[in-house]
Amino acid sequence: MTIAVAMSGGVDSSTVAAMLKAEGHELVGLTMQLWNQRRLADKDGMPEQVQGRCCSIDDVYDARRVAETLAIPYYVVNHQERFERDVIRPFVDEYLAGRTPIPCSLCNNHLKFDQLLLTARQIGAEQIATGHYARNEYDPQRGRWILKRPADASKDQTYFLFGLTQEQLSRTLFPLGGFTKPEVRELAHQYGLALANKPDSQEICFIPGGDYKRFIDAYLEEQGEAVPDTAGELVSVGGQSRGKHDGVHHFTVGQRKGLGVASPTPLYVIAIDHDRKQVTVGAEQELMRNSLRARRLNWISIAGLQGEMRAQVKIRHRHEPAWATLRQSGEDEVEVRFDEPVRAVTPGQAAVFYGGDEVIGGGWIV
Amino acid sequence: MRPFLVGQFGNASSIHQEGQQARSAVEQARARVARFLGCRPSEIVFTSGGTESDNLAVFGSAAAGDHVICSSVEHHAVLHAVKRLGERGVEVEFLPVNGLGVVSAEDVRRALRPNTRLVSVMMANNETGVLQPVAEIGRIAREAGVRFHVDAVQAAGKVAIEVDAIGCDLLSISGHKMHGPQGTGALFVRSRTRLEPLFAGGAHERQRRAGTENVAGIVGLGKAAEGAMEGLCSGAGERMGVLRDRLETGLLEFASGVNGGQTARVPNTSNLWFESLDGEALVIGLDLKGLAVSSGAACSSGASEPSHVLEAMGLPVERARASLRFSLHRQTSAEEIERTIELVSIQVAKLRELSAVTQ
Repeated sequence: MTIAVAMSGGVDSSTVAAMLKAEGHELVGLTMQLWNQRRLADKDGMPEQVQGRCCSIDDVYDARRVAETLAIPYYVVNHQERFERDVIRPFVDEYLAGRTPIPCSLCNNHLKFDQLLLTARQIGAEQIATGHYARNEYDPQRGRWILKRPADASKDQTYFLFGLTQEQLSRTLFPLGGFTKPEVRELAHQYGLALANKPDSQEICFIPGGDYKRFIDAYLEEQGEAVPDTAGELVSVGGQSRGKHDGVHHFTVGQRKGLGVASPTPLYVIAIDHDRKQVTVGAEQELMRNSLRARRLNWISIAGLQGEMRAQVKIRHRHEPAWATLRQSGEDEVEVRFDEPVRAVTPGQAAVFYGGDEVIGGGWIV
Repeated sequence: MRPFLVGQFGNASSIHQEGQQARSAVEQARARVARFLGCRPSEIVFTSGGTESDNLAVFGSAAAGDHVICSSVEHHAVLHAVKRLGERGVEVEFLPVNGLGVVSAEDVRRALRPNTRLVSVMMANNETGVLQPVAEIGRIAREAGVRFHVDAVQAAGKVAIEVDAIGCDLLSISGHKMHGPQGTGALFVRSRTRLEPLFAGGAHERQRRAGTENVAGIVGLGKAAEGAMEGLCSGAGERMGVLRDRLETGLLEFASGVNGGQTARVPNTSNLWFESLDGEALVIGLDLKGLAVSSGAACSSGASEPSHVLEAMGLPVERARASLRFSLHRQTSAEEIERTIELVSIQVAKLRELSAVTQ
């Protein structure tokens, strides 16, 4: 049975290809062309020359070379339209609405494990393998596919994978789930991959330099859309005016820098009210929350929530899971009550529920 | 070609005997290409391929203040060159095509202005094979005293090319489109046509193309031109046409139509659409089974991009995305055609089945 390997040109997915090849599988390498990095290059404030970024020619070159070394067929597939519709546009709209989106989860849900899996099946591969640090296995007792945290907790990517359906999990291989990153680099060396020392990618792949505000402005300019005027007031928790701000999409909950307000004690963004164009600022302790609500849920280890459930909940990628009680609070909505208050609950981010190493499910914080 | 790749490295512009041998081989090739196009050897300029020929014709002909006309289905080698002229102060105009991909000669006549310097229209489209009314356009251009360039890269070897019958001043061909080596091409430049060279350098190719000649490549191109002409004289075009028609009849059992099928085409190209299928997945699936077909154009990463040709024909983007180009050559056999029909039918059935269960 042929397996399609999602190849980004990085160490992880290249090592996956080499491992599966060594195990004797029939492989086909696929790279998704998702975004043209030069598209917004002429817009104000965008860096002109972008090297070594996702979808850059350099990365495709690297992926192609790995495929050549391993003697596997390799293709670049064009999913730019889908990426723009399902990742870029929602990313921009979420920020404009005062939320803080996670494009990586959207990309996983709509591109990697949906469109790419479909492409794989269309060309005769019934499974895809990716370089994610995660584990999945079928539990016959529960009759469900289970998503589990990887051996290398520091590289755990399950937070971004909570949206995978049972069908998607059943067709996906995460061969790196049992390895640590240093072990993967060592394997890459052993397999003779020239890119074994290539640095990890860090930021959001389509935003070179990480300046998402400029990206949003440049994208809207390219689309011929005016940047909506969301400028308004900075207010204290008590409602007093603390100054002006130049647009709600420039802020994220928990942000400390760049508020433009003089204060003897550190100030943080506590809340963003898009409708009133208000950004609430306050002291760090005012960021603490006892609960949150999450919608657009996806369940993995269970079919659905029955009554109340204890779980550890992660509210951002770099967050130590916190004990909480889950309770259905509406149609496709869960209320999460934390045992201890958590800092900076951010609308637009995901709340992912864990039971030990297993991902129970998750949803989007509202 | 081989002698010039393995031992005879004389520079065709040198005085010594090795150089003279190379020169003689280059001139023999020039005579062959000239015979192939029905022109004088002195009217042939060797280039690195169709793209350079097209660029030399376009950039060599117009400057700021001039007006240049081309069709909207030209190969990117013409289209992007003309667009770049537009950025340099040249007035540029892209003529539309009808639903079959044919540009109207009358549109060309109407578009002419006092400052029109160049009309560039391809002989056959590279994606659909559709033939353009180049002889008619040539007549209009000649009457108006306007220079006429024909990109004949796709047509060469499939239909006879006579530069005087077309009435063009410039005409591009490429080696690899007619069994010649990649990276070789030629531009026919009618005598007394002033052409600004692309490269500064030596006086090679009658000062039209500086740079040491690619002797082996030129010899290969000459041989390819000779072979193409012999093929055409012995009925290769008709044979390809019969096989292409058989391919289309077979594929139309499950394909949805032929893009540009209802007009004159070169006999080796067939652009078919398969309703609601993903052309890219079809291309990859077929390639994995050993059948090389194309969809659209390739972008720098190697992914396919939507076809500007099908878009210019007014076809919806979904149809363009579901379209595939099949190309034959003069040695394609009837067995290969039957095998192709079988492979495509299996692959299409698989895709249709899959789209039924995933929707």
